[in-house]
Amino acid sequence: MKKTIITVLGKDRVGIIAKVCVYLSGNNINILDIAQTIVDGYFNMMMVVDCSASSKDHDMIADELSEIGKELGVQILAQQEEIFNMMHRI
Amino acid sequence: MIGINEVIETNDMIRHMNLDVRTITMGISLLDCVGADLSDTCDRIYRKITESAKDLVHTGNEISRKYGIPIVNKRISVTPIALVGGSVAKSEDDFVEIAKTLDNAATECGVNFIGGYSALVSKGMTPADELLIRSIPKALSVTGRVCSSVNAGSTKTGINMDAIRLLGEVVRETAELTKDQDSIGCAKLVVFCNAPDDNPFMAGAFHGVTEADKIINVGVSGPGVVKRAIESVRGESFEVLCETIKKTAFKITRVGQLVAKEASAMLGVPFGIIDLSLAPTPAVGDSVGEILEEIGLEFAGAPGTTAALAMLNDQVKKGGVMASSYVGGLSGAFIPVSEDQRMIDAVEAGALTIEKLEAMTCVCSVGLDMLAVPGDTKATTISGIIADEMALGMVNQKTTAVRIIPVIGKKVGDKAQFGGLLGYAPIMPVNEFSCDAFIERKGRIPAPIHSFKN
Repeated sequence: MKKTIITVLGKDRVGIIAKVCVYLSGNNINILDIAQTIVDGYFNMMMVVDCSASSKDHDMIADELSEIGKELGVQILAQQEEIFNMMHRI
Repeated sequence: MIGINEVIETNDMIRHMNLDVRTITMGISLLDCVGADLSDTCDRIYRKITESAKDLVHTGNEISRKYGIPIVNKRISVTPIALVGGSVAKSEDDFVEIAKTLDNAATECGVNFIGGYSALVSKGMTPADELLIRSIPKALSVTGRVCSSVNAGSTKTGINMDAIRLLGEVVRETAELTKDQDSIGCAKLVVFCNAPDDNPFMAGAFHGVTEADKIINVGVSGPGVVKRAIESVRGESFEVLCETIKKTAFKITRVGQLVAKEASAMLGVPFGIIDLSLAPTPAVGDSVGEILEEIGLEFAGAPGTTAALAMLNDQVKKGGVMASSYVGGLSGAFIPVSEDQRMIDAVEAGALTIEKLEAMTCVCSVGLDMLAVPGDTKATTISGIIADEMALGMVNQKTTAVRIIPVIGKKVGDKAQFGGLLGYAPIMPVNEFSCDAFIERKGRIPAPIHSFKN
């Protein structure tokens, strides 16, 4: 299973997680883990998800999440997990 | 599982510290493209390049989106054209035809540069080598994407001084033919000693004859990431500083390794090497000069610069080799003047001279790079500067290179504008004492004693 990491960065407000979760469930994407933290006053959230049951490909999911981010005034990225594993695990 | 702080760290490097994959370069052998005549050879070259690299740009973009990492350039390097065109190109203009074919193929593939308009003449020149070298000024003035390089010396062979003498004239002529654009043609011409066969960075990339039919080489960069990392250890000991640089270099290289493996699998082309080089761009926060300042120098060029650079270069290599199965190319810190804002500032402040740059090239990758000098600099002086740099490479058993631009019509105090990644450069003063009689001697400088290791 290839995991995707979704990150949200921006000013905290009501409904960010809700909106992202609605999108994910609507596209059959399973959430494996969620973490969040505040860095330098900015809201950082990370979700580890499994997109393998979704009918949409990575590009489309990334683009649609980015659009949702724009509506919410935050930055949403979807990246495949390997980049983080490569950089931080030997 | 990966933690949120690790995710934040990686994305911070990309967003705020200019971490990127600088280039995916596909090396393509053209040795099987020699045809019956010039036009047949050009057709074969065009077909092989456009067929081999048709998916290169698309694949690069796809990987970029998948991992959220910018992949700035997609490029192509080919077999040195003097070898490919030797039997069919009978004049300088014939070689220029091949250059135009390369340019068209690069345009068709959507890559911004194609390297390999090259000759390997470290010991001697064949008639084809000499024709190609003499055709460089015209080839670079009538094409936009073609890059040229000449390997004019090596530790094993010594320095081909006949080639160096000719290249002084070629550099000047290239400058003349592109004088309406501040002699930009010279920015696409590199003279090497100990040129590597697998360097993915332009303008010096070519696909060496020891390489496979096709290969993917990846160049990663990240001076901004190193700069930010060492900000956190200001005032600490060298041990702590070195450890920090090494860890950062490791992380950067791992991203390159991921991208290279992915590109190799998607394109069905073997993975060659990762070149981990701190390659600056004119963007603020993407500068090797800035790293040197952070290490503790007022400006690059101040006393201590050579030592600081030697340490930086070594730590970058040590971090890099652990991160990838195959590290190659140039791998180290680049110190181009025009492409690095803080190096430009150092020149303008009077802290950095050609002579100090020359010393710095003894301890870091490559050499005198993107150096703008007065337009009236003599050909023999340019040859002398090149010969000095070749000698450093030959004796120290390392790659050195010269990319020097005599900017026609400009003098010390003026600036040359190259635009884009090439940036701008203040014209640097050149030592004007003559080396004419030295350059006019015929033949070659013998290989140094320590080359006899058999």
